[in-house]
Amino acid sequence: MAIESTKQEQATTTEFSGVPVAAPTPAGRGSVGRNDDLSQVALKADRVSAWYGAKHAVGEVSMDIYTNKITALIGPSGCGKSTYIRCFNRMHEFTPGARVEGGIYLEGVDIYDPAVDPTRVRQRIGMVFQKPNPFPTMSIVENVASGLRFKGITNRSEVADRVEASLKSAALWDEVKSDLKKPGIALSGGQQQRLCIARAIAVEPEVVLMDEPCSALDPIATVKIEDLMTSLAERFTIVIVTHNLQQAARVSDWTGFMLAGDDGIGRLVEYAKTDELFTNPKDPRTEAYITGRFG
Amino acid sequence: MASTTWAGADPLASHRARRQLIDKIMTAIMITAAIIGVIPLVLILFYLLKEGIPGLSLDLFTSDPRRPGLSGGGVRNSIIGSTIMVGLGTVIGVPIAVACGIFMSEYGQNRAGTMFRFLVDVLAGIPSITMGLFVYSLLVLPMQRFTAIAGVLALAILIMPIVARTTEEMLQLVPRALREAALALGAPPWRTILTVILPAAVPGIATGVVLGLARISGEAAPLLFTALGNQFTSTDVLHAMDALPLRIFVYAIGPYDDWHQKAWAMSLILVTFIFAISAGIRWVSRRGAAIRH
Repeated sequence: MAIESTKQEQATTTEFSGVPVAAPTPAGRGSVGRNDDLSQVALKADRVSAWYGAKHAVGEVSMDIYTNKITALIGPSGCGKSTYIRCFNRMHEFTPGARVEGGIYLEGVDIYDPAVDPTRVRQRIGMVFQKPNPFPTMSIVENVASGLRFKGITNRSEVADRVEASLKSAALWDEVKSDLKKPGIALSGGQQQRLCIARAIAVEPEVVLMDEPCSALDPIATVKIEDLMTSLAERFTIVIVTHNLQQAARVSDWTGFMLAGDDGIGRLVEYAKTDELFTNPKDPRTEAYITGRFG
Repeated sequence: MASTTWAGADPLASHRARRQLIDKIMTAIMITAAIIGVIPLVLILFYLLKEGIPGLSLDLFTSDPRRPGLSGGGVRNSIIGSTIMVGLGTVIGVPIAVACGIFMSEYGQNRAGTMFRFLVDVLAGIPSITMGLFVYSLLVLPMQRFTAIAGVLALAILIMPIVARTTEEMLQLVPRALREAALALGAPPWRTILTVILPAAVPGIATGVVLGLARISGEAAPLLFTALGNQFTSTDVLHAMDALPLRIFVYAIGPYDDWHQKAWAMSLILVTFIFAISAGIRWVSRRGAAIRH
């Protein structure tokens, strides 16, 4: 299951200042055996459980998310995979009655530590949602710049540079450069989603979480986003939740399979390199799922 | 058999005729109800134009009232007074009301919020004359005089619950996805509200402001013992000030035909003013939204 890295030649060399942790790009990405270095761990989830009120949705799921890899989370509806990645940037806690237990470590610091500022967590761990959600009252430029402004970056030339670099990284620059003042929601669905990706990466997070980013898009737009993910993985660590098994197989380096038990609690069944999980699953439930026998 | 059902004698014919008859009757009832509902509006507008237009003159806008019984003169004092008091009342009341609406929508999903919402509804239900009495004892008695600011305060309190409730409802309509987008970018909740949620709700909030403005523009009761009224044009908010509804009231129950005609003319001015402001605010907020959308 070879994953082809479609490195798009664009201004990825643009200066992106001081993001710690994100290690230099591992050599040999796209070549055979590129995953054999178990590179650094970007995020370490330790026995994470999540609740919606009394409903126990995720049960003690531990995962190491590797730096500059694409990690896919697959599983049938209701297995808790979306809830789980929403714990990674503390978005879960915005749901009324929601609760999280366990620890998620970024650079050895538990993001749920009371001393940690959740807004700072979300600046370092960005998110792209299922439905494209550009801000309707903002232009394309303002959308991409919004995160920078939230972060306190107001220097005009710096903002302009970062907006351009982010739009290029999101493979959207060429399509919108003549019309940057246009409202973000005037774009097509696929363009809107790439705008949201540009917005998320403009603040230079270490990790980008993607919650079914293609499920609202047509196949051509989906291919573009998938190509984009591969090129973005050179600079960012990506975690993607997807319903689409082929997508997980195409783009990801590592795949986790989650499943809700009879008790309704979602647990991690198997977590392995994507090639292994799809060709030689260890757990019979994984095999049943990827061969389409349930879910 | 099927072919006879369609082409020949229809066993369901009587049933169908009955159904079509009921349909026609019901439609007729609905149309009649709709027409009856619109009749008062049409009549009001008709009488306003018929009785009001003859009273319109340049003098009406440029001069103060003359002594009772003398014809001529105008109601410049009332027009200027209404503009000042309604304007100030809106400027003071709306920001507070929007803040209340933000509180109810964003921080009020708990018992304190429910309590607060109930109080706002009670405030909306308080008769405007009671509001006038309240401000009378709060400002007029201690100051020992009738003042325009007392009228402004009464109008500001009147507009607040209307705008607060509309703001809350409009903020609740902003899609959850937008909140999440801002929060996921590392925006603190207060910045999410101010830069993303509130701008998205502006056209709806503007509608609430229009409703409130229309309401307080026509209020005479809360001004009766606060601003009191004034025979002369005054722009001093620390003295008594006139207002269109006050003068309409005085002139309409007065004994002179000239006054009656002026009362109609003032009513026409008031309605036109409210209509123009409504159209203006809606146009500006829609245009603002259209530019950004």
